[in-house]
Amino acid sequence: MATQSLVGTKNRAGQMVADPWELLHTAERTPSFFTGSEVIKEAVRRANCDVMIAYPITPQSEAAALIGELFAEGFIGDYFRGESEFAVMSQCAGAAFGGARVFTTTAGPGTMRAMENFPMWAGARLPIQMIVTCRGINSPLSIQPDTLEISYLLNTGMLVWHAETAQDFYDWILKGYIVSEEPDVHLPLALCCDGFFVTHTKDMVNLTPADQCLPPYDPYRSPVPCMDMECPPVRMMRDPFVMKSNYISYATHASWQQEVWAAIERSRKHAIRWLDGLIEVENPDADILIVSSGTAVSQGREAKCLLEDDGIDIGIVKIKTLRPWPAEEIREATRKAKHIIVPEFNVTGWLAKEIRATIPDAGRVLAGPHVCGGMTMPPEIIAADIKKRLGIQSESLAGRGS
Amino acid sequence: MSSVYQVLPGPEHFLPPAAASMGVRLPDSGQAHIHGKIVNEEEAMEVAARQFLAAKVPTIFPGPLVLWAWNEKAAKKATAIRHLYETLKECVAPSQEAMLIPMPDYRPKYPKINPEVEINPNHPNLTIWHNKIDTCMFVGVHCHQANLSLKIIRGGTYCYTIAMCAQAGHEDAMLSFRDATADKIMRLADWVKRLKGSVKPPQD
Repeated sequence: MATQSLVGTKNRAGQMVADPWELLHTAERTPSFFTGSEVIKEAVRRANCDVMIAYPITPQSEAAALIGELFAEGFIGDYFRGESEFAVMSQCAGAAFGGARVFTTTAGPGTMRAMENFPMWAGARLPIQMIVTCRGINSPLSIQPDTLEISYLLNTGMLVWHAETAQDFYDWILKGYIVSEEPDVHLPLALCCDGFFVTHTKDMVNLTPADQCLPPYDPYRSPVPCMDMECPPVRMMRDPFVMKSNYISYATHASWQQEVWAAIERSRKHAIRWLDGLIEVENPDADILIVSSGTAVSQGREAKCLLEDDGIDIGIVKIKTLRPWPAEEIREATRKAKHIIVPEFNVTGWLAKEIRATIPDAGRVLAGPHVCGGMTMPPEIIAADIKKRLGIQSESLAGRGS
Repeated sequence: MSSVYQVLPGPEHFLPPAAASMGVRLPDSGQAHIHGKIVNEEEAMEVAARQFLAAKVPTIFPGPLVLWAWNEKAAKKATAIRHLYETLKECVAPSQEAMLIPMPDYRPKYPKINPEVEINPNHPNLTIWHNKIDTCMFVGVHCHQANLSLKIIRGGTYCYTIAMCAQAGHEDAMLSFRDATADKIMRLADWVKRLKGSVKPPQD
């Protein structure tokens, strides 16, 4: 973490700069009943951010507006609205190139509109943090929860984490800066949650002291020089060397791409330390495992309770980070499982595909149930699909009780 | 992921992988790595010194973080690097040629780099081939640019690479230190001096 020597000093808002480990592990916590959007605000209050750039799109608009209040209160160095999501993400790059700690939020079509910027952020090694409050992206328009947009982020070179609860969200915003700003990582982070389910519901969240904050970002630990117009990565548009048609240019660009993905791999060590592992496993000896990320994990927990009432033993695997992908952890956690159930809030089942590509005997994976377009996922349908897999008859949940 | 991949001198491949993607992990404070295996720093000091003394053209590549006196630490490191270079020159046989070739910046060099006077992270192999460098040490190069170079060197040359990194180290080097300071560079010079005469110079 940057600038440990500043611990104990005051920042621009009069907050005391805390040792990050002590702030997040030993400092006294205050239970608070907040919406997810309010939780984003409270985490950013303690993140010592230099710049936040906003653009309205549901369901992140409320968080973006609340962070404007933080700017008015003096907790953020600069805050403004971009002309579009594409503009916002480009402006975030400019601020980060200049050595600022940058925060932004987006959702759904906004994520898609800004997509060109994300591999650019990663290639330029900019540790910007972007909250993605996932929603539908396709026509006909839907503002409701849907995690399809995460699948588009997985190959951008960004770190991608998927929060289940508001508490995850609070802690991971702060921990996200710590991990992503490590000099051997130094990559942007897409911190995703399921829109509305997390952003617009209230939950009890344990907050760290409001008068303490993270140490500031130290741009001198960056693995690339900041804002040198003559050198890559800033030297993009003028005489871009990697666009020359020769072997050396191709080899340089290839090595550059490899380095971005190497940095994702390096983040494992830090993420394991700060998130207490890349996955969380409950009852690993069960024959049936529900493996998922985001709020599908919460629904899986409820399904587990229902099935246990029927005498069916279930385990849960919560995947916290999608990039880095916890391949070895998932292989180990699912080693004994006979059936692996992957419930998802999207139509394509991208998480199940990733898991199938990771484990031996992929026929054990049941890709589903899937809901999308804003549908909820009642735990009963997870339980019903598991019973069907086991050959146990259960009532249809879609009819009218005939 | 446990790794069986070893970071060894090349030429390895048309496009060698990033060592991190092959499961090689960076050392923690007080450690170093040799070929991807974590070792204590003192062991790496001895191996690096022996590698320098056994090379035909042991070379130091100082980067912009130590070439410009932008703070007191950088100036001290530069003095230590000069001392290491002078020590190398004193300790090698007449058949060996110690070199110090700067990487002053990362600008692509057109139409052609002069490999006798500089190295560039985008085509480091040209400088290594031209000068027949068989062992080199990166110091004061930004980590991203160092890793670009180290992979390209491993891909297309037989050069043994050492990284004296001020941050977390480099898996793509064959031997890497971390948390480099002027004192650490001076310690490496001490190791070279201590081992003088005990390492057989390379045969033609």
